[in-house]
Amino acid sequence: MATITMREALRQAMEEEMRRDEDVLLFGEEVAQYNGAYKVTQGLLDTFGEKRVFDTPISEEGFTGMGIGAAMAGLRPIVEWMTFNFSLMAIDQVYNNAAKNLYMSGGQMKNPIVFRGPNGPAEYLASQHSQALQSIFAHVPGLKVVAASTPYDAKGLLKSSIRDDNPVLFLEAEMMYSWKGEVPEDEYLVPIGKADVKRAGGDVTLVCYSKPTKMVLQAAEELAKEGIEAEVLDLRTIRPLDEQAIYDSVRKTNRCVVVDESWPFASVGSHIGWLVSRNCFDYLDAPVELVSGEDVPMPYNHTLELAAQPSVDKVVNAAKSVLYV
Amino acid sequence: MAQKKLVEKYGKKTNMELLRQVLLIRRFEERAAQAYGLRKIGGFCHLYIGEEAVAGGAITALDMARDYVVAAYRDHGHALAAGMDPNGVMAELYGKATGCSKGKGGSMHMFDREKHMFGGNGIVGGQIPVATGVGLKIKYKEEDGVVLGFFGDGAIHQGSFHESMNLAKIYNLPVVYICENNHYGMGTDFKRVSSVHDFSQMADAYGIEGRQVNGMDPLVVYDEMTQVLEKVRKNSTPMFLEMLTYRYKGHSMSDPAKYRSKDELQEYKDQDPVTILQKQMSEAGQLSDKEFEKLDKEIRDICAAAVKFAEESPEPELSALYEDVLIDSSSLK
Repeated sequence: MATITMREALRQAMEEEMRRDEDVLLFGEEVAQYNGAYKVTQGLLDTFGEKRVFDTPISEEGFTGMGIGAAMAGLRPIVEWMTFNFSLMAIDQVYNNAAKNLYMSGGQMKNPIVFRGPNGPAEYLASQHSQALQSIFAHVPGLKVVAASTPYDAKGLLKSSIRDDNPVLFLEAEMMYSWKGEVPEDEYLVPIGKADVKRAGGDVTLVCYSKPTKMVLQAAEELAKEGIEAEVLDLRTIRPLDEQAIYDSVRKTNRCVVVDESWPFASVGSHIGWLVSRNCFDYLDAPVELVSGEDVPMPYNHTLELAAQPSVDKVVNAAKSVLYV
Repeated sequence: MAQKKLVEKYGKKTNMELLRQVLLIRRFEERAAQAYGLRKIGGFCHLYIGEEAVAGGAITALDMARDYVVAAYRDHGHALAAGMDPNGVMAELYGKATGCSKGKGGSMHMFDREKHMFGGNGIVGGQIPVATGVGLKIKYKEEDGVVLGFFGDGAIHQGSFHESMNLAKIYNLPVVYICENNHYGMGTDFKRVSSVHDFSQMADAYGIEGRQVNGMDPLVVYDEMTQVLEKVRKNSTPMFLEMLTYRYKGHSMSDPAKYRSKDELQEYKDQDPVTILQKQMSEAGQLSDKEFEKLDKEIRDICAAAVKFAEESPEPELSALYEDVLIDSSSLK
């Protein structure tokens, strides 16, 4: 197996799917001539030409809706938002068209489209450029929301997302693009909606997804030094949520910590907390803990911005608290 | 004189088709208003009465096998003109299982994928980028279709319009953006909220050709659209049309329309699209009173049958609540 970066894995996924299906096209800000603001799309213009890979103006509402219209009419667009921060300019198109067209049309209008780009906190970017917006997209029915944590998962899930007939929000993270991992040479898919146990353990379940997964695995190693074996469950997909995988793990460990970069109020993490409390009540030996982003806009100062995010220490402390140690 | 020329230019067959379209929309909307009054239809119901020449004239000029329509929330007329079954449209207003959107879309969400009617959109201006995207598909697949993107004067100040015009121009997409200027965005006179009062000028900012059209006269709209379609098909270039029109009813069924004068309403009723076309054809010797009455009777029967169909259709099963949220992709390979 080759060891490649997340950035390369994502690019391979798009390249393979564009070769496989000529209705797949890619557009967004700086994706073509500039080779991507984060170089995820590097070389794709040269490979596929400007018909299939093209730059857009900074018009998120316009080109997002254009992608949706093209998807309704039969294409399979990949729309790159330079970051998810700018997706808010396009939120009406995602909420009111992509998510609802199928339902409002009585099942007639499918929307096979992928919206992808970096989401979540990065570094030194302050409040508007460093935020985790997945809860907004996970909130509305009619969307799939995917958030991988390794190059292997990212490639397999992005390929599945491009083939899916539903609109998929594919969340990446700026800090993850250079992370490396093993990816097979042969083609493979990772199914949407299936969580993955990244580390097995019997004492406490740590539920996470996307970038924090790596940090949660470090926390699990710290806990192991103290004789606590944590199970790290990487959701990989936020919606549809693999509830069964969460319950199977929690019913085994009887303790649960949810780790989520979102703000805590009405978030993916708080929702999972409720689901576990509701469906694993008789199995729980402690209330579910949530390690979220702090309930503040992201500050610029590095010490403060690190303090605003989930950390190894916070996860270790939360795990210990549900173990009463 | 010009109108007399048009009535002769297109001949009886085309003119009858146009008359059929505008009359069908008129009679259908009258029945919809009645049903709303009887509380058979709920929620928002935006009637198209007075504006029939726009959808009727423009869509009749299309070839719906290759062309597309994307409309706003005042969409019953566009749905009918695109060839959708009046039964399915009326049943949708009634929220019945036999509605075109299975009773889950309602007045603002008329869809027919097969007939290339892509909504029906309830957010002001939300459909304009969608129309742009349909144009992208036509261009990408190297087809010779055209998409008409309809919206009202209220939508023209939305970013979605301006972003779409720019996108369509830089990518040379075969989209005709049609602003149906019925003079009021809900209760607001467009002149009170618009920096320019001739919207066709807005196209200049994007290097797009813009035209202002008398949107009360079906033949004028049809003629304009025919010319525009030829140009757009040939050059794959976007165009912009401002159709000057008027709605006789309020913004929606709950609006008494107190913001305008009776004289103003009368001024437009004097240019009524149905009457005007009937008169033009009659004067050209293409339509007798008897022929008109026959057509009107036929259309009234279609609309009455649509009401009967809607009345007698079943409510959706409760299980439909959970259907069509997502497509099952479990067999994805």
